[in-house]
Formats: sequence, C-alpha cells, structure tokens
Amino acid sequence: MQIKPAACLAALALAVCAGAASAQTIKIGVISTYSGPLAAQGDQLDKGFKLYLKLNGDKLPAGVKIEPIFRDDTGPNPDVAKRLAQELIVRDKVQFLVGTVWTPNAAAIAPLTKEAKVPFISANAAGVNIPYLSPYFARVSFTLWQSAYPLGQWAAKKYKRVYTAVSDFAPGHEAEEGFITGFKSGGGEIVGSVRIPLANPDFVPYMQRIKDAKPDALFAFNPAGKQATAMMKTYSDLGLAKDGIKYIGTGDITTDEELQGMGDVALGVITAHHYSAAAERPANKAFVAAYKKEYGENLFPGFMVVGAWDAMDAIFHAIREQKGKVDPDRTMALLRQYKNPNSPRGPIALDPDTRDIVQNEYLREVRRVGGALANVELETLATMIKDPFKELKGKK
Amino acid sequence: MSALPPAAAGSAAHTGGYVADPRIRWQEWLPWVLAVAAFFGAPDYLSLGARILIFILFALSLDLILGYAGIITLGHSAFFGVGAYVAGILGAKLGVTDPLVQLAAAAAAAGVLGVVTGAIILRTTGLTLLMLTLAITLVFLEIANKATSITGGADGLAGVVVAPVLGLFRFDLYGKTAYLYSLAVLFVGWWLVRRLIYSPFGASLTGIRENAVRMHAVGAPVYARMVAVYAISATLAGIAGALLTQTHQFVGLNVLGLEPSGELLIMLILGGVGRIYGAFVGPFVYLIAQDYLAKQFPEYWYFGIGLILVLVVLFARGGILGIVDAALARLRRPSA
Repeated sequence: MQIKPAACLAALALAVCAGAASAQTIKIGVISTYSGPLAAQGDQLDKGFKLYLKLNGDKLPAGVKIEPIFRDDTGPNPDVAKRLAQELIVRDKVQFLVGTVWTPNAAAIAPLTKEAKVPFISANAAGVNIPYLSPYFARVSFTLWQSAYPLGQWAAKKYKRVYTAVSDFAPGHEAEEGFITGFKSGGGEIVGSVRIPLANPDFVPYMQRIKDAKPDALFAFNPAGKQATAMMKTYSDLGLAKDGIKYIGTGDITTDEELQGMGDVALGVITAHHYSAAAERPANKAFVAAYKKEYGENLFPGFMVVGAWDAMDAIFHAIREQKGKVDPDRTMALLRQYKNPNSPRGPIALDPDTRDIVQNEYLREVRRVGGALANVELETLATMIKDPFKELKGKK
Repeated sequence: MSALPPAAAGSAAHTGGYVADPRIRWQEWLPWVLAVAAFFGAPDYLSLGARILIFILFALSLDLILGYAGIITLGHSAFFGVGAYVAGILGAKLGVTDPLVQLAAAAAAAGVLGVVTGAIILRTTGLTLLMLTLAITLVFLEIANKATSITGGADGLAGVVVAPVLGLFRFDLYGKTAYLYSLAVLFVGWWLVRRLIYSPFGASLTGIRENAVRMHAVGAPVYARMVAVYAISATLAGIAGALLTQTHQFVGLNVLGLEPSGELLIMLILGGVGRIYGAFVGPFVYLIAQDYLAKQFPEYWYFGIGLILVLVVLFARGGILGIVDAALARLRRPSA
C-alpha cells in the first residue's frame, strides 16, 4: 500500500516524459556507407549531415528536437539498405529518411517509402529514374545528365571533334550519353567512344588510340582519385596536351576532396559541375570555413558534403513550416516548393513535377590558388537547369 | 577444410550414412519452435528474421556440397544470383508475378546451371576447382552488369512485382508474410536435405569426401554422384536467391560475385560444417551480430565480426556446434 503512491508518481512521470518525447522529437533515419572499401564516400555524406545538425540543430520551432539514427548499408547493397529502411520505419518509426551514396540502394528503398508514406530525400544517389519509383522521394543532389549535357552543348561551340572515354559502369554510361546528346545537338562530331573497365590500371593503349584520332578535345569520366589521376597522367605523358587535345569532363573527375591528392596533372582540366569548394559566393565561403573548422584546415568539402547539407536543410524547412507536427503529404507538398537561394552551391530548388533538383551548372578550370589546387569557376554554364534526361527522354 | 571433426554418435552432428538413426530427434524441432516463437515474440524484427531464414537455406545448400560431398567452392553465389535474377526478371519484365511460379522457375534455372557447370568443373579438384567456381560467379556478375536492359545493371532491377502468396498473403511492410513464407520454404528445403543425407546417396557422398579413390574402387559412380549433389545444391541456392528477391522486390548486383560467396562460407564455418544445423546456427549468429554491431558502431563493426571469426578459427574448429559437442562430451564422460 505504501508503494502505490510512489508507483503512481513514477508512472505519471513516465507518461509525461513519453508524451513530451513523442510530440516533439522528430526522428530522421540516415542510411549511408560507413564500412567496406567504399566507406570514404559515405564519410562525405556523414560529415555533411553532422555539420548541418551541429550548426543548425537549434533553428527549429520551440520544443522540437531532432534525433538522427545512423545506419550502415555497407556499400552498394540494396537488400541491406532496404531492410534497414524497413526497420527504421516500423521499429524506430522515423518521420524522414535521408541518405544513400548508391543508386541501387535508393532505388530499393523508394518503393517502401511509397507504401509507408515516409518522405525520403536523396543526398547523393543520382540515377535518373529514382523519382519515378515513389511520390515520397525527393532529390537534392544531381543527375549526371545535369552536368554532362550542358557541357556537351558548350563543347559544341568550341570544338568540332571530340573523343569520349568513360569508366564502364552506370554513372559513366549516363555521363557519356548526356555529353554526346548535348554535343551532337550543337552540331559536334564524336570521332570515337570508349568504355574503360573500372579495374583497368593501364590507360596507355586507350590514350594512344585517342591521340591517333586527333580530336579537338577528350571528354573523360572516371572516379576521382587514383583512376582519374592515372588517366590524366597518361594523357600528359603521351603528349596529348601538346597536340592541342583539351581534357574536359564532369566535376566528378576533379572532386574537391580528392583534388589535392591528384597533383599538378589535373591543372588545366575543364569540368562542369554544380559545386566547387573554391566558389566565391559568400554562403559557400562561410560553409567551407565551417567545414575546415570542424574537420581540419587542409580538408575541402566535396559535392557530397553539400548534398548532405542541403538534404538536411530541406528537412528542416519542412519541419519549420509545419511547426514540428509533420505530416508526410504536407511535407512532400512543401518539398515540391522547396527553394534555397543561398545554398553553398548557389540557388537551388526542387522541380514541383519530378521532385528532382534544379540548380546552376558551372564551368570550372583546375588552377593553383594560394598553394592549393582548386576548381575555379569561370562562368555559369546553365542557370537553374532541370534534369535534361527527364526533359528530353522522360522515363528510362 | 575437408578435415572435419569425427562426430560421436548421438551428438549434435549429423554425419548421415547407413548406421545412423534417421529418425528426427526432439532437439531437431527446437529451431522450428524458436522460429515460430520469434514470429510472435519479436514482431519488429521480422525482416531481419526473413533474411536469416533465407541465408540458412543458402548455407544449407552449401553444407550439402562442402560439408557432405567435400566440394570446395567460392562461387556458390552464382546459383543464388541466378535464382534472384530469374525471379526478378519474371516479376519486373515478363509479368509473371505468382511467387511460387517464380520460385519454381528460379529453382529450375539454377538446377540446370548446376548440372551444366558441375559437369565441367567437377572433373577438377583442389585449387583448380576453387578458381573455376570463382570464375563462374564472376562471369555471371559481369553478364548481370552489362545486360542493363534485362537486369538493370549496376542500378539494380527495381519494380519487381510479386503477387500475394497463394493469392491470399500480400508481402507487407512489417515482413510478416516474408517471414512465414521463407520459413515454409526453408522447412521443405531442410526436410529434403535431411532425407538426402540419411539416404544411401548421402552415405556415398560422405564416402567420396573421405576417400574418393576407395569409392572408385568399390564401384561407386563418383563423378555422377558429385554432379547430382552439385545440381541439387544449386537448386536450393537458386530458391534462396529467389526468396531474397521476392521479400525485397529488388535485385542488385551484390547477389553475385565473391563477396556473398565468401560471407556465406564464413557463416557456415562459424556454425559448423557438415552437420546440417551448423547452417542454422551460423547465419543466425552472424547476421544478428552484424545487425547489433552495425547499430552500435556503424564505422567499426567489421572489427567485431573479424574478432568473432578469429576466435572461432583459433578455438573452435568445428564451429559453434563443435563447441556444443565438446561440452556435451565432457558432461557425459564422468557419468559413463
């Protein structure tokens, strides 16, 4: 009998706590790659998410708290990613899903979000088709057509004959197709196209063939870092630069996080992309400074960090607009109208029809700025461009 | 790998053969009781549960050839992957949505593949065999990667449609149907494997593993037996692959190649090779440890898995069930 009041009190306190927690804590499920050989990419996303949460975690309606739940999909493993998403939805009851480096993982999760009505925001996965898989999917990252297509159009004005050489995997194919479509629409001539196996360390035979074909420019796409460096090195060793063959590509070949390690071979490479750490916009300067302060003076944020940052910003926007009481359909309506004139990459918006990113594409050149290599922005190649693939071809 | 611990009669091991008692012992019902209890006891964990059940079936198929027939392979994912893709392509591209039809088609495709590849590679042994099995799964990985119009390539095959099981049970968000469906298929697979092991055919497999020359000498058709068991094992692996596709409604390239084969081998060794229930214990422990560690330490969980594996290899050559055997034997000795 004596225990009863105390027990009542405890129960009451618990109930109050639980009530308070469920009303004001918003759970965000974050699925990224933390282990395995490809963890470096997931690390970029992770840094972006955590930096945003650290700097903006308090910019929410009073009493609203964010609880991120991090999960490791171990690489391009769609079945693992899907199971994690399923668990985050049914067990942890997250209100938002965000993440994935890899397209197959996002494509596996997307149908689930349709059934569960959980908004899912891609911070990186770039396959053109994903938005069609679920009305609760939105993307703040990019598509490869978005950079490759306008680069092709631009190249058609400067060069007559171009050779393309891409890594033989899905992003490489999309970059190749996007560039060629843009280049041909401007009247250019493709003198040759080659797809190089991902695990091929020797670029000499390919470069020799390209040299013999005497194009005006070489369009290249391969993963930044070792691959892209090796290809650029072979390009200069064999004297393609001296023959006047220009090296161009999407920004994926000179990402900001890998650029310092690539060295001087990257100098002079022309790329098109939506983000450069060297951009002069005030929002970007503040962003880069915050990144360096958090993670180290010699590190530069790459486009994935910005993708993660903007994904969090879109979620925060939806939470603020709904004053903390989030409803999936209302969230998606807000995301369709999402605009941010001050992202580190410049103005961005979401396309109300496809929920895909609309952003500027910049033409950049690798130069040495104050001792470090940088993707210096030369001009804005395309202003607020929608995914050209969807505009031109619709659905895959 | 062929040096398996000789199991004492009446222990947890199931070495099969003429002399063994083929009746199902009461302990053998334990996994099924546990599985049903888990369905009611842990409704939030059913998607993980379904994954464990699928990998148990996959491990069981490997145990049949590795543990009983002594065929070493690093390419068992070829059959798993072909099963997964056959079910996926039927559901996504050809409009064949009935799960049991998909399952049958996947089983048939993997079985035929097992006969064809087995007939070629089982003429070799040792390292050559190991390399050939690896080559086969890598070939299929590359085909799946290149044939993007059929398989979706690196983007994966999305939009796999799977109709309700028997027209009644829809694959739901909580994974209830996926779990029970996988459990039913696993039960059939287990029953089949068990029957096989206690049959004269099973005894001849053990004989081949222990001494192939002698089996030749007594007139056993060694090569034919090996191809047969390889095909049966391939069929089961194909069914497991199809289950993975149906419960996820998606197929990715990660079902093929070295990684899933290697992971499967680890699970089986962890549980115990050549004893049926090693294939139950291994995936159960491995996947739960993986799930738990990955949540606690998203960045470093591989370290934990590695540690478990090192400990098992150093101190428990017969896997987890080997430890159980040793403990039981020690308990019995004083009383006997």
